[in-house]
Amino acid sequence: MSTTATAEASGGSTGRRRPGLRSILVWGAVAAVGAVCWTVLAVARGESVSALWILFAALCSYAIAYRFYSRFIARRVLRVDDGRATPAERHSDGIDYDVTDRRVLFGHHFAAIAGAGPLVGPVLAAQMGYLPGTIWIIVGVIFAGAVQDMTVLFFSMRRNGKSLGQMVREEIGVVGGIAALIAVFAIMIIILAVLALIVVNALAESPWGVFSIALTIPIALFMGVYLRVLRPGRVLEATALGVVLLLAAVVGGGYVEGSGLGDALTLSKEWLVVALVVYGFVASVLPVWLLLTPRDYLSTFMKVGVIALLAVGLLLARPVLQADAVTDFAREGTGPVFAGSLFPFVFITIACGALSGFHALISSGTTPKMIAKESHVRLVGYGGMLMESFVAISALIAAVVIDQGLYFAMNAPLGATGGDPETAATFVQGLGFQTTAEDLAAAAAAVEEPLISRTGGAPTLAVGISTILSDAFGGSLAAFWYHFAIMFEALFILTAVDAGTRVGRFMLQDTVGNVWKRFGDLTWRPGNVIASAVVVALWGSILYIGVTDPLGGVNQLFPLFGIANQLLAAIALLLVTVLLIKHGRVRYARVPGIPLVWDLVVTMTASFQKVFSSDPAVGYFAQRNRYADARDAGEVLAPAQDPGQMDQVVFNSTLNGVLQAVFAVLVLVVAVHAAVVIARALRSRGAVPTTEEPAVPSQIVEPAGLFATAEEKRAMAEQRELAGSAR
Amino acid sequence: MTRALVTAWRGVRWYLREWSGEARWDDHVAECAAHGHPPLSRREFERRRSDARERSTVARCC
Repeated sequence: MSTTATAEASGGSTGRRRPGLRSILVWGAVAAVGAVCWTVLAVARGESVSALWILFAALCSYAIAYRFYSRFIARRVLRVDDGRATPAERHSDGIDYDVTDRRVLFGHHFAAIAGAGPLVGPVLAAQMGYLPGTIWIIVGVIFAGAVQDMTVLFFSMRRNGKSLGQMVREEIGVVGGIAALIAVFAIMIIILAVLALIVVNALAESPWGVFSIALTIPIALFMGVYLRVLRPGRVLEATALGVVLLLAAVVGGGYVEGSGLGDALTLSKEWLVVALVVYGFVASVLPVWLLLTPRDYLSTFMKVGVIALLAVGLLLARPVLQADAVTDFAREGTGPVFAGSLFPFVFITIACGALSGFHALISSGTTPKMIAKESHVRLVGYGGMLMESFVAISALIAAVVIDQGLYFAMNAPLGATGGDPETAATFVQGLGFQTTAEDLAAAAAAVEEPLISRTGGAPTLAVGISTILSDAFGGSLAAFWYHFAIMFEALFILTAVDAGTRVGRFMLQDTVGNVWKRFGDLTWRPGNVIASAVVVALWGSILYIGVTDPLGGVNQLFPLFGIANQLLAAIALLLVTVLLIKHGRVRYARVPGIPLVWDLVVTMTASFQKVFSSDPAVGYFAQRNRYADARDAGEVLAPAQDPGQMDQVVFNSTLNGVLQAVFAVLVLVVAVHAAVVIARALRSRGAVPTTEEPAVPSQIVEPAGLFATAEEKRAMAEQRELAGSAR
Repeated sequence: MTRALVTAWRGVRWYLREWSGEARWDDHVAECAAHGHPPLSRREFERRRSDARERSTVARCC
């Protein structure tokens, strides 16, 4: 078979073609609808604005960005070449390297990148109004997040699926590589702790939630045994059974709450921490087929199902935005949900959904080993991230269509709201809302959960989802929808926690294995147990610190999480920029370069403020000093209630401040080394050698885009015939 | 109409089977048939697949 013909047929030409009339009309219409939606959002103030304007502004922007910008990146910046065999084709072993249909890989990749991040960040950022979040989620994903995911995927694919850390070490240098490795590990621990904190806050004192989430474990074990012993490999069957059992568990929770079992399942936050830590450890050492794999199927199906349900619900309910476009907190930076002004903190709080460094770990590693054709990085990398951004937009909408007095009563820390409807109503009336104690009590009664100071974002999102779905589908199911939403969030946060613990364990074993050979052997049982215990202990202790923090763990730890995630993105974008310059494509270095500069400015400003700000609400060390001085003078500052809590605040602020500073320094180390490499490459004028694998001609025929063109269909039919005659 | 529904159903089924990895078994049977040797038992085949997964990291993001 002639390979050049294949390349032409499957890759499409890179030359310019005059666009057809239909194409002009369709894209003109999409652009017009998008422009109208954006205009409405920009000019509407103080009148009732439908949430659908946000939804359609997002969808039209995504469509245009995908059609035009991602194509520009694929063709001109990266120069994808479908005549070149991908690692999946060259090394195909059916296990790690496996040629995968582009649409199926899109599903795998999306399932891997989308988690609780895009659901929680936008909810917290809603304290600044709906507009800053909307703009950052949409503009951020188009020019930063999706670009990062797609380009990292491409460069990792050209290097047989090397990890981000490996690529930084080989392309930027050993010191940069080590800094990146430490940063990745530390950031992972923080992320696991913050995710677990969100679950703890959602489940504390909620027997209904605890019951349905606890049942996901036996359900997953049952599915595991089913797939291993009873009917091997029938994944869809087992998952369908699992989903039915899961829904039964959510319904059953409602009955359990009122029964005698309810008291036994009313767990304090401290006990939930213990439960989570034990769970994380056990899940990490058990064989994956028993717990992890079936849970993963379950949580992915739930995730996709709920997102689709929410999108349909939004279209049916057409809710009206309750929040202001931009609140006073955006200008003054005194918001109760998290402190700090719009710049830089909106861009930190909304990480996943706009730009998430964690995705670079998925885009380098698993996904690049499964790409069938180079052009598929566009659908999988760019398209997958657009989809995640859509999830973030949906979450933002859910948070801004509920009563905003309720929003602040739920998201302000206990020290501010006082914990019961009367004091909370006084607090939100002080912020300028009309919400009364009766309103707050009624909202809590509707979902059958206490709602005051349920921080972390998950309960707020659940109230939003419950409101939207109750409006859309009718009936008095608010409490069911609330617990359904909580279960769905907790389910995939826990999936992220157990998978993350495992990945952390592998990283630790791999790193220590360099000096102690035996420890690096993944089949050595004591090594597994020790490494799992270390990883669990690390995130477990940060989780415990967050849970018991007198100032409220989420508002203390979430900025750390957001900044860490964006710093990881800076490392990924640095790598991509360096690689483009090394490959002699200096002209196009601005494509990752501009989001890189933006991200560095945002993260460094935020880090600087978190470390050096003299405002105790923002700066960790200023906060430390304020509480340390008061403690030494024998005083107790609210919200701390005794000298012990004063000590706790001092310790936590110091720890957070140190972690913050260390992350920023690690990234600066990588940045300085990258700058040296860039300067050297620029001086040599032209391409510099990199670790890219040499080109091998591809034998596979596959469509390049989402839909096969007539030309591609012909080429595929031809290949099938050839294969048939050869046999 | 019914034809379109049947096509859509086939598409969804194909997608889910591919996504969940169930279709790997069909591939194995087809490949064995093409090379003329007997396939593994389903149990043995799935066991090997899940044991291979033991060493690979499926990261899940935030």
